[in-house]
Amino acid sequence: MTTVDMTPATNKTTPTNPRRRVYRPNTKYIPILATLTLLLVMYFTGVANYDNFGQPSVVVNLFRDNAVLLVVAVGMTFVIITGGIDLSVGAVISMTTTLTATLLHAGWPPLVVLPLVLLLGSLLGMGMGAVIHFFKVEPFIATLAGLFLARGIALFINQNSIPIRDKFWKTLSEYRIVLADGVVTKVTSVTAVVVVLLAALVLAWTRFGRNVYAVGGNADSALLMGLPVGRTKIAVYTLSGFCAALGGVLFSINSTSGWALQGQGLELDAIAACVIGGVLLTGGSGYVFGSLLGVLVYGLIQTIITFQGDLNAAWTRIIIGLLLFGFIVLQRVVTRKAR
Amino acid sequence: MGEPLSLSGTSAPAGVGGGPVLEMTGIRKVFPGVVALDGVDFRLFPGEIHALMGENGAGKSTLIKVLTGVYDIDGGEITLGGSPVRFTGPLQSQKAGVSTVYQEVNLCTNLSVAENIFIGREPRKFGRIQWGLMRKRAAELLTRLDLDLDVSATLDTYSLAIQQMVAIARAVDVSARVLILDEPTSSLDASEAEQLFKIMRRLRDEGVAILFVSHFLDQIYEVSDRLTVLRNGKLIGEYKTAELPQVQLVEKMIGKELAVLDDLEDKAQRTRTKSAGAQPILSATGLGRTGAIAPFDLTIHEGEVVGLAGLLGSGRTELARLLFGADRADSGELKIDGKDVSLRSPQSAMKHGIAFSSENRRTEGIIGELTVRENIILALQAARGWTRPIPRRKQDELVDKYIKALQIRPADPEREVRNLSGGNQQKVLLARWLITEPRLLIIDEPTRGIDVGAKAEIQKLVAELSDGGVAVLFVSAELEEVLRLSHKIEVLRDRRLVEELENTEGVDADRIMQTIASGAVQ
Repeated sequence: MTTVDMTPATNKTTPTNPRRRVYRPNTKYIPILATLTLLLVMYFTGVANYDNFGQPSVVVNLFRDNAVLLVVAVGMTFVIITGGIDLSVGAVISMTTTLTATLLHAGWPPLVVLPLVLLLGSLLGMGMGAVIHFFKVEPFIATLAGLFLARGIALFINQNSIPIRDKFWKTLSEYRIVLADGVVTKVTSVTAVVVVLLAALVLAWTRFGRNVYAVGGNADSALLMGLPVGRTKIAVYTLSGFCAALGGVLFSINSTSGWALQGQGLELDAIAACVIGGVLLTGGSGYVFGSLLGVLVYGLIQTIITFQGDLNAAWTRIIIGLLLFGFIVLQRVVTRKAR
Repeated sequence: MGEPLSLSGTSAPAGVGGGPVLEMTGIRKVFPGVVALDGVDFRLFPGEIHALMGENGAGKSTLIKVLTGVYDIDGGEITLGGSPVRFTGPLQSQKAGVSTVYQEVNLCTNLSVAENIFIGREPRKFGRIQWGLMRKRAAELLTRLDLDLDVSATLDTYSLAIQQMVAIARAVDVSARVLILDEPTSSLDASEAEQLFKIMRRLRDEGVAILFVSHFLDQIYEVSDRLTVLRNGKLIGEYKTAELPQVQLVEKMIGKELAVLDDLEDKAQRTRTKSAGAQPILSATGLGRTGAIAPFDLTIHEGEVVGLAGLLGSGRTELARLLFGADRADSGELKIDGKDVSLRSPQSAMKHGIAFSSENRRTEGIIGELTVRENIILALQAARGWTRPIPRRKQDELVDKYIKALQIRPADPEREVRNLSGGNQQKVLLARWLITEPRLLIIDEPTRGIDVGAKAEIQKLVAELSDGGVAVLFVSAELEEVLRLSHKIEVLRDRRLVEELENTEGVDADRIMQTIASGAVQ
């Protein structure tokens, strides 16, 4: 009988323990910093190449032109951080605009219509969240069903574009807020900015916000830590539904009309903006501020194409496509390093 | 020595003041067809580390799940701090003061250390989280546990050991009365485990009652004050750790006196000798994987049956997986036919003629929805590559041959495997690997959960394979089986290969048990 001699082998693999405790710099800011850098480079490239690009109105108009996308992207950010996805937002916009225009046309008071459509959007989101949580349905499928449902309702109400002649809506649409001399903006942009700020606050400073991160990080652990996982999941879809409905309202204010084919593919733009803004599709990581940057990148590409004048609008999509690839690879590299 | 302490009354064992913080009496838990816990008594005093011992299936996890509120009990009584309680969910038991830290860290690694400790209980002012205060409290708590961490860093920047300790910090901060540590050390190395023990002792001295589960006997003896042994869902006894020798503990866990084991051993069947001059097929030098198995040396010759003996969790399966390339070694060398190789994947092991029949036939081996034929052909097809399908006639031929050779019942190649008995499923799994004509067959627990007749047939088959020149690495929890079949026996303990025994006259179950219980005999 022999005792196995393991001395040389043990020496070879003396564990270098302290190395495992070395603090690594926080990698979660890298994607957002990359987006910020990209945005600044794009902006100053524009300033250097085009006349009038440096005027404040260019930046202010970015918010005006992308107010709807911004609001929707905020809701989407919450959903994606929990590890979910919401495909219904574009359809909810169309449902909201159609319903708003129809009801206003029928003479309903605007102060009834406004809360009503917001409530409907939230309820649809809540319903999808409940299905996702209670029946353990993939968010992709549940919100795809929501997409068909909302778009179907919109088409059922009216297939054509409905003009809005309501005085209140007209006022909101035409009201100009003067920020500085020669720099004016609209109600919709201000609303979008307020939504962004509120959402950022909620995500960073409230228990609900932190629960959103916990659920996205590890839902099983979150449950064992006693966090209200189900309530949080349902809440983010409700919030996303609310944001989409609010987006729809902003849309109807901007265009003073409602149309059932409005907002097609907008859910994909919102997801793209989130991803470019560093929100991890696997959940657990991301910031509202990042999604804001994502939307601004999106808007700035369009602005540059407009300034260039001779470029096809399709370039927006091509560039967004390339950027998405780039950022997804970046996220992969960063998360792999962190693990 | 080793006599159970009296369980009647509330008299505390020496060295522990006051009554038990937790007392379970006559706990009964029935699952369809199984009595998981049968009238088990258990008590836990403040300021002690209490180990819960038992083999796999003894009822340890069921008892813990009852305590954490995952399972409701079918009978018996639980009192916490003197008043009866009934847990219906993890949250409820947590609120009552029972916190659990599991083997897999149940925290959110994307959040900061401070958040992981306080999430759900963050200090707030007007609904707003007070980050500064939270970080300060977290730092204070960790300092109390002798941990020096950056509380704002995300948890995934720390090792698993540190994460585990953060989980403990959270648990004691949530409720400091009863702390359950379920296999906390299984993925820690020695120095990390030591750090954990330091924290456990500190908490014990502060009056926390700690229930500790570990497969490592050394750790039980190092850190626990008392222990409770379960076997087959029944209470065997409650002992002071210092008064119960390891050999007796193992006896109580396994339920057989070592002397009786010895008598059971059929000496006649052990006279098989290895043919002289057999070539080594595989030889490992210092092969190991951090956290799975310490570096070991092992040589396997043609036609040799090598038995792996050790308790559950001693590293048997981990060793086998390294040799099959299912896990990658991070140290040492492996030679096959005298040539250096590195097994990156099971495919590369299969190319070298190594086959692995897994321990868990239901989840890792057999595909229940496929037929016997399809299951048997699987590995051979994989080895050939999916672009070169095996002709149907050839399939039928091969499958028939092995159904006959292994006496698979019913002898119907088109029957779905899930409809076969456990023993026959095991034979199908063996057939799958035999068909690839391996030179080294690794079989992990082939006889677990199958009836005696099928067991004997599989043992016979191993002997025949060996006579035919196939090397077999035989992993089994049953010592009798290992002794009956093996030419040499590798004894594992605490994820370390502690002794290699030629299976000669002097070797018996008692001898192996000694090694398992106390480490290598010097």
